[in-house]
Amino acid sequence: MIVTTTMERLQVLMRLCSALAIATLVALSTPVLAQSEPASATFEQLVNEVAQGSLSKRVDTVAAIAALKHERSADILQALQDGNLKVTRDDSERVVIETADNQILDAQTSEPITGTDLGRLKRIPIHNKLRSQLHTLLAQLNLSHPNDEVRLSAVTRLITDGGDEQTATLLNELKSDEQNSRVREAMDTAIALYQLESENATERLAAVKQLRGSLIPEVRGPLQERADYDSDKDVRIEAQRALDSIEGRLKMFRLGENVFFGLSLGSVFLLSAIGLAITFGVMGVINMAHGELMMIGAYTTWVIQQVFPNQIEYSLFMAIPAAFVVAGLVGIAIERGVIQFLYGRPLETLLATFGISLILQQAARSIFSPLNRAVSLPEWMSGSLQINPAFSITFNRLYILLFGLMVFFALLAILKKTSLGLKVRAVSQNRPMARAVGVRASWVDALTFGLGSGIAGIAGVALSQLTNVGPNLGQAYIIDSFMVVVFGGVGNLWGTLVGAMGLGIVNKFLEPYAGAVLAKVLILVLLILFIQKKPKGLFPQKGRAAAD
Amino acid sequence: MNPFKHARNWSTKALPQKDPNFGHPLDTSHGPILYVEGVTVSFDGFKALNNLNLYVDEGELRCIIGPNGAGKTTMMDVITGKTKPDEGSVYFGQQINLLELSEHQIARGGIGRKFQKPTVFEALSVYENLELATAGDKRFWKTLTRELTGEQRDRIDEVLGTVGLAGSRSNDAGNLSHGQKQWLEIGMLLMQSPRVLLVDEPVAGMTGEETERTAELLTSLAGKHSVIVVEHDMAFVRSIARQVTVLHQGSVLAEGTMDQVQNDPKVIEVYLGE
Amino acid sequence: MLTQRLLTSDKGGMLVLGILALTCILVPILNLAVPESSPLHVSTFTVTLLGKFLCYALLALALDLIWGYAGILSLGHGAFFALGGYAMGMYLMRQIGDRGKYGDPLLPDFMVFLNWQELPWYWHGFDMFWFAALMIIVVPGLLAWVFGWLAFRSRVTGVYFAIITQALTYALMLAFFRNEMGFGGNNGLTDFKDILGFSITADSTRIGLFLASGIALMVAYLACRYIVTSRAGRVIVSIRDAESRTRFSGYQVESYKLWLFVFSAVLAGIAGALYVPQVGIINPGEFSPLNSIELVVWVATGGRGTLYGAIVGAFSVNYGKTIFTTFYPEAWLFPLGLLFVLVTLVLPKGLVGLLGRFTRRKASKASEEDTP
Repeated sequence: MIVTTTMERLQVLMRLCSALAIATLVALSTPVLAQSEPASATFEQLVNEVAQGSLSKRVDTVAAIAALKHERSADILQALQDGNLKVTRDDSERVVIETADNQILDAQTSEPITGTDLGRLKRIPIHNKLRSQLHTLLAQLNLSHPNDEVRLSAVTRLITDGGDEQTATLLNELKSDEQNSRVREAMDTAIALYQLESENATERLAAVKQLRGSLIPEVRGPLQERADYDSDKDVRIEAQRALDSIEGRLKMFRLGENVFFGLSLGSVFLLSAIGLAITFGVMGVINMAHGELMMIGAYTTWVIQQVFPNQIEYSLFMAIPAAFVVAGLVGIAIERGVIQFLYGRPLETLLATFGISLILQQAARSIFSPLNRAVSLPEWMSGSLQINPAFSITFNRLYILLFGLMVFFALLAILKKTSLGLKVRAVSQNRPMARAVGVRASWVDALTFGLGSGIAGIAGVALSQLTNVGPNLGQAYIIDSFMVVVFGGVGNLWGTLVGAMGLGIVNKFLEPYAGAVLAKVLILVLLILFIQKKPKGLFPQKGRAAAD
Repeated sequence: MNPFKHARNWSTKALPQKDPNFGHPLDTSHGPILYVEGVTVSFDGFKALNNLNLYVDEGELRCIIGPNGAGKTTMMDVITGKTKPDEGSVYFGQQINLLELSEHQIARGGIGRKFQKPTVFEALSVYENLELATAGDKRFWKTLTRELTGEQRDRIDEVLGTVGLAGSRSNDAGNLSHGQKQWLEIGMLLMQSPRVLLVDEPVAGMTGEETERTAELLTSLAGKHSVIVVEHDMAFVRSIARQVTVLHQGSVLAEGTMDQVQNDPKVIEVYLGE
Repeated sequence: MLTQRLLTSDKGGMLVLGILALTCILVPILNLAVPESSPLHVSTFTVTLLGKFLCYALLALALDLIWGYAGILSLGHGAFFALGGYAMGMYLMRQIGDRGKYGDPLLPDFMVFLNWQELPWYWHGFDMFWFAALMIIVVPGLLAWVFGWLAFRSRVTGVYFAIITQALTYALMLAFFRNEMGFGGNNGLTDFKDILGFSITADSTRIGLFLASGIALMVAYLACRYIVTSRAGRVIVSIRDAESRTRFSGYQVESYKLWLFVFSAVLAGIAGALYVPQVGIINPGEFSPLNSIELVVWVATGGRGTLYGAIVGAFSVNYGKTIFTTFYPEAWLFPLGLLFVLVTLVLPKGLVGLLGRFTRRKASKASEEDTP
C-alpha cells in the first residue's frame, strides 16, 4: 500500500515538473516558432500551442499540425472541430481530449489520464474561418491516410457534405495516385458532384455522364435538380437518362434484396420444416409439438448464454449440439410415451401431440416466465456485408441461410449414406417388409423421431438469432412449416427445400404490395388453389404404392 | 402411411357437369360392351400397362390371369376411372367414353367393381349395405329425404337370396365370415344393376365349399351381365372360364379358351420361367 | 314415424334431451320466480354461464357431425363460430345508434376513432335483425361451401384437411386483427346496448338468450339425428369407413361431404351468434386456432360419433375449465394438454364410450345370471 502511494506521488510530481518545463519552454519559444519555422516545431509543441494565443494565430498552428502529417494530426484537428479539445484552467494549461464517453486523454500521447484531478476543463474556442479550415484540412489528411477505409469514409463525407473548389482540385490530384478502386470511384463521384454545379455546360454534361448508374443516394437529389432546372437542354436530357439508369439498377438490387430476404425467410421455413418432413413424410406422424421442440432449442441457447456469460462468441457452437440432444431426447420421450401407440392413426397423433405442445408451452411459461427472453448475438453474427450502397446483407441472415442448407444436405447424406438412413427409408416404404428382414421398426421409429426433433432443436437455435425467445415461438412457425411440407410434397426432402425457398420468396414479394398479414392470407389461398392442380405437392411420391 | 391416400395422381380434368345419358339403351351393336384400346399407364417410368387391348362382349364371362405385376389391378383401375391412362381409349358400348367420367359416374352408369380385399361397410348391417348400393338417385338431398320404394326393397330381398345371405340380413357386415363378405360385396354390385361386373380375386382365402358356391354364383350371373374375373386360382378359373385372357407386363400375351391358353408356349414360358 | 326414427335406440340422446328440456324449464323459474335469498335461486351469472355452455355444446355438436360421422376433422370450426358471432356483433353494434361514446348516429365508435367518414358497404343492412340473422347463416355457410368445394374436390382428406382448416382460421384471425378490415381490429365489437329492443344486461333478456340457446341446441340435435338416421347418414358413415367403396357404389362422395360440412358450419355460426350477446364481446381471439382445437377435445372427451356425446363433452370440459381456472388461472393449458393425450390414448370413445362399456358389462353380467 504504502509503496504504491509513494510511487504514485512520485510519478505525479515528475509529470508536473515536466509539464511545467514544457510550458515554460513553449511560452518562451512560441513567438519565434510561429513567425519563423513552424515546420521545425515538434508535434507535442504544436499541440500545446493550440490552446494559446489568438484565434488567428490558432489558424496557423492548425495548419502547421496538418502540415506535419503526424499520425495523430487528424485526431487533434477532429477533436478541435468537435469541441472536444480542452485545456485545464490551471497554469499548466495542459491540452487534453475529452471523449464522448467522458474519458480524458492526453492530447499529446492519447493516453488516458487517470488518478489526477485536472479540475474544470475549458473548451478551446474556434470560429467560422477556423472551422472551415479544419474541415478542409481534415479532409485532406484523411484523404491521404494510409488506411483504405479511412480514405473511403473521408470521400463519402465529402459527398454527403459537399466540397469546395479546393477539395475538388485536391481530389483530382489524389485520384491519379489512388490504388483502391472503390475509393477512386467515390472520388470520381465527389468530383462529378462538384462539377455538376459548374458554370460550364460541357463540364456539367460530363459530370452527369460520370454519375450515370451511381448507387450513392446523395447523387440522386442534385441529378434530379439538373434534370428539372438545368438551363442547358442536353444536360437536362442526359440527367434524366442518368436518373433512369440509376432507377433501373436500384430496381435490380431491390429485386436482389427481396430474393435474399425471401431466401432468408425460406431458410427459416426450411429449418423448421425439414424436421417435420421427416416425422411427417417418412413416418406419417403429424407432430404438432414440432414448434415447441424448436422453442426448446431456442431456450437451450438462452440457458447456455446464461451459464457462460463470457463465452457469447462461442455460445452457438455449444448450443447447436446441446439443442439437438435436448430436443432429440424430448422427441424420443414423446415417441416412446405417446406416439408409438398411435401409429396408423394420423388424426389421433395430431391431437395427442397438440396436447403435448400445450403442455410444453405452459411448462416454458412456468419455468422461464411468459416474457420473451433476448438471446445475444455473437459479434460475428451482427453487422452486415455491404455489397454496394444500395445492397447489403446482414450476417445473421446470411449465416442462417448457409446453416439451413448445411443441415439440409447433412440430413440428405444421413438418409442416403448411413445404415440408419437405409432403415428409415425401408420402414417408411414398407413397414411389415422391413420388419420381416430384421429391421427393428420400433427402434427406427424412435430414432427417426429423435432425429426430426433434434433438427427442430437446431432450428430453434437459428431462430433465437432472429427473434426473441418466448413460449409462443413455436406456434408462429408451425403452420408455415406444414404449408411448406404440403407444398413441397410429402416424403420428398428436395420438395421441402424448394417449397421452403419458394414460399419464402413469394412471401417477401407479396409483402410490399399486400402487407405481411394479407400476404399470409394470400399465400394460404394460393396454396389451396395449388392443391387443386397438384394434390400431392410439387414433388409427389411416385410409384404403384402412391397410386393406391 | 400416405396421407393423400385417396388423392388422384392426375390433374383434375374438366368433368362433364351432368351424368351422361345412360338412359338410352347401351349401343352394343358391334358386339363388345367394353373397348379397351392401346391403353398405357406408367408410374414413374414403370409401365404398369403397355398398349393394352381388350374387348369384352355383352353377357360374356371373361377370366383374366397373369403373374403378379402383370397389370390386372391397374386395368380395373382404368376401367372404373380410378386411374387415368397416359394413352389409349376406353369405351363403354359405342358411345360412352369412360375416360371423361369420374368414378361415381362410371359406377352409376353400370360398371360395378369388387375389390381384391373385401370392402363392405362393416359398421352397417347386411341389409343396409345392400340398401346403400341400390340403384337409384344417389344425390345427397334425395338420400336425405326419401326412403326406399317398395320395389327397391323387393330387389334387396331378391339379391339377398341370390348371394345366399337372406338369413343374415340384419347382422352387422363386420361380423360376417370372409366368404360371406365376398358374396355381400357381389350382392352390392348386383344392387347397382350393372351391365359389367369387375371381380378381383373373388375366391382368395375361401374354403373349397365357398369357392364352389362362388363359381356357381358367377356363372349364373353371366349372360345377364358381362362378368370380368381376375383370379390366380387356376382350378377355379378352369371351372368357370369360357374365354381367358393372359396378361403379362401390361399387355395381352394370349387369349382363347383355357386349353388353348394353357398350351400356348409363350404362356408356359411366362409361368414356368425360361 | 319420424319421431320414432329419431328417438328410438338413442337412449343417451333421449336422456340428454330430457335434461336439457328440464333445465330450460327450471332455470328461468329458479332465476325469475325464486327470491334471491332462497338457496334454490339461480343467479343471472350462472344463467349466462349455462347459456355460454349451451352455445359451446351446439358448436361441439356441429363438429361431431362431420368428425364423428364423416371422419372429417376440421381444426377451423372456431372460424365459423366466430363469423356467426361477428354477424351478430355487427347487428348489436348498429343497435347502439347514437348512444356510443362519440355519439355518431351511424358509425360505430371504433370507426369514428379511426376517422372513417362513412359506413363500409358490408356494414349496410346489419341494422335489420332479419338481415343479420340471414348473414349468420349465409356467411359461415358460404365460406364452408367455397372452402369445402375446393378441398373436397381435390380430395384433401385426413390430416391435410385438418391442417388447412387450421391455417384458414389462423389467416382469418390475422385478417380480423387488422383495423382496415373494419371489424374493430384488436378490440373487436363490444359495448352492446340492446337486442331486438331489449336491454342486453337485463335479467329477462339473459333468460331469453339462455332459452334461445337451449332450444337451438335441442332443435339442432334433432336435425342432426334426422341426418344421421337417414339413408344419407348411412352413406356418410360409409364414406368415413370405406370412401373408395362408396365412390364405386355410385355416390358422389364430395357432394355428401360438402353439404354436411356446410350444414355443420351453419350450426357453428348460429352457436356463435347466440354466444356473442351473452358474453357481450366478439374479438379476433375467437378465431385463434387454439379455440378450434379445444373444441375438438370437448368432442373427443364426450365421445365422438354419438351426437349426445359431444354435448356431454362440451359441458364437462367447460365445467372443469371453469372450476380449474378459478383456482389456477394461469395453468389451464396443463390439464387441457393432458386431456388431449389421455383421451386419444386411453379413451378413444370418450366418456360416453366409458359409460357404455360399463353398462354393457353390467347388462351382460345380468344376462349371464339369467341364463343358468
